[in-house]
Amino acid sequence: MTALLEVEDLRVAYGKIEAVKGISFKVEAGEVVTLIGTNGAGKTTTLRTLSGLLKPVGGQIRFDGKSLKKTPAHQIVSLGLAHSPEGRHIFPRMTIEDNLRLGAFLRSDRAGIEKDIQRAYDLFPILGERRKQAAGTLSGGEQQMLAMGRALMSQPKLLMLDEPSMGLSPIMMQKIMATIAELKSQGTTILLVEQNAQAALSLADHGHVMEVGSIVLSGTGQNLLHDESVRKAYLGED
Amino acid sequence: MNELPQQLVNGLLLGSMYGLVAIGYTMVYGIVQLINFAHGEIFMTGAFGALTVYLYVLPDGTSMAVALPLMIVGAIVVAVAVAVGAERFAYRPLRNAPRLAPLITAIGLSLALQQAVWAWYPDAKSSVTFPQIDGGPFHIGNVTIQTGDIFLLVAAPVSMAVLAYFVMKTRTGRGMQATAQDPDTAKLMGVNTDRIIVIAFALGATFAAIGGVAYGLKYGEINFRMGFILGLKAFTAAVLGGIGNIYGAMIGGVVLGIAETLASAYISNIPGMEKFGSQSWADVWAFVLLILVLLFRPQGLLGERVADRA
Repeated sequence: MTALLEVEDLRVAYGKIEAVKGISFKVEAGEVVTLIGTNGAGKTTTLRTLSGLLKPVGGQIRFDGKSLKKTPAHQIVSLGLAHSPEGRHIFPRMTIEDNLRLGAFLRSDRAGIEKDIQRAYDLFPILGERRKQAAGTLSGGEQQMLAMGRALMSQPKLLMLDEPSMGLSPIMMQKIMATIAELKSQGTTILLVEQNAQAALSLADHGHVMEVGSIVLSGTGQNLLHDESVRKAYLGED
Repeated sequence: MNELPQQLVNGLLLGSMYGLVAIGYTMVYGIVQLINFAHGEIFMTGAFGALTVYLYVLPDGTSMAVALPLMIVGAIVVAVAVAVGAERFAYRPLRNAPRLAPLITAIGLSLALQQAVWAWYPDAKSSVTFPQIDGGPFHIGNVTIQTGDIFLLVAAPVSMAVLAYFVMKTRTGRGMQATAQDPDTAKLMGVNTDRIIVIAFALGATFAAIGGVAYGLKYGEINFRMGFILGLKAFTAAVLGGIGNIYGAMIGGVVLGIAETLASAYISNIPGMEKFGSQSWADVWAFVLLILVLLFRPQGLLGERVADRA
């Protein structure tokens, strides 16, 4: 059986500077895979390439049996790959509800869209309470909820979350991580990029450690969580 | 006799025409952050498109009741073709170039379009007569509305309503808002941003074309240079209203039209200002207003500060 997402020897460059230097990994349906590593390791670049915002200079991306290398960004979401970007990037001058509707931009099943909007409100009640408010007025954590809810509106086969806990208070971070765990238990396949390695690895089935554009270590979430070098480098222990 | 109501109506009509053209500046700027300085010429080619339909497509003596709708269609077809062509061949190749490159391209395109009409349109070396709607002027109280201005009175609010509905209520309109606020994220939602950019140019050209027809009906003649000053005024209106905001474009146009009209009507009554009241000073007052707005409210009347782009 082939995996839902297969990345093979992926290379991405900004001009002459190679930011991702030939990485390979897989995401099987139903699992949570995490990429961890410091700033500048190439995690965000990898996700932006998978969703078509950046073009790779080499390697293969196969999603659900199809190559994504030549697919323009705006067609990738319709294949079932949704991306909640780093920094959240909600549409600040639109209402929360319109933000969610944009997540369903390519769907035309009205009843289904309404049902999924309701589901987003069930998952994040605060969004339901403020549905008519401009999204730019939300707090950072609430914007993160909206970004995740919006990505889910496309009914993705694979949900990519880039730094969902970035800049959040510890309580809000816990809330977001609990939501990811809940999505996982509902069977959502997730590719999670995180600087908070502890939280990400405890959730993940598989993890990959990235350093300056390469994957230097891979394993199950639990193995990496207990790996000596990971503990030293990313979990702040000596 | 109190002529203030008349002056206000004159300003409103002139301003509605500015507003129709300003929509194109503001939409294109909102989506691609480009000041399309060739937009005044898109307005001008629209007017010539309408004239072409009247002179060379319809049989002689067609009544305006039949001709006008077809002239509007002709104006829109020509203006949209020019605008979409400009986007495809002049601006898109420069999408990732430094900002100055497309700006200079726009100025060059503006001159090229003026000269093309001058060189190739029959008898367009000077002003060309534009067909008029028959019937006398209308009187409401002591306010007179010229027949040619009736078109503006209808076209401007209808255009604005159609545009507002499109942007707020349709899926493409929401995609347009998303592209204006965050193009990369719009792509992640499945919005084809290249297509949205083309639609923004085309919509702007549509309203400019309607403005071009209005100009011909209002002044009775059109010429290859008509888009220059009017384009600058419409750009001023867009900035005045808050560039990027479609309602701001219309409101900015009306404010500018009224300010300009009142200035040329009344400023000569102020002692010492007698010689600044003529029509030729109206343009000066319009740009003085622009400078004042840029000094004291640079985001425009309806503009928002751009701090919310986190």
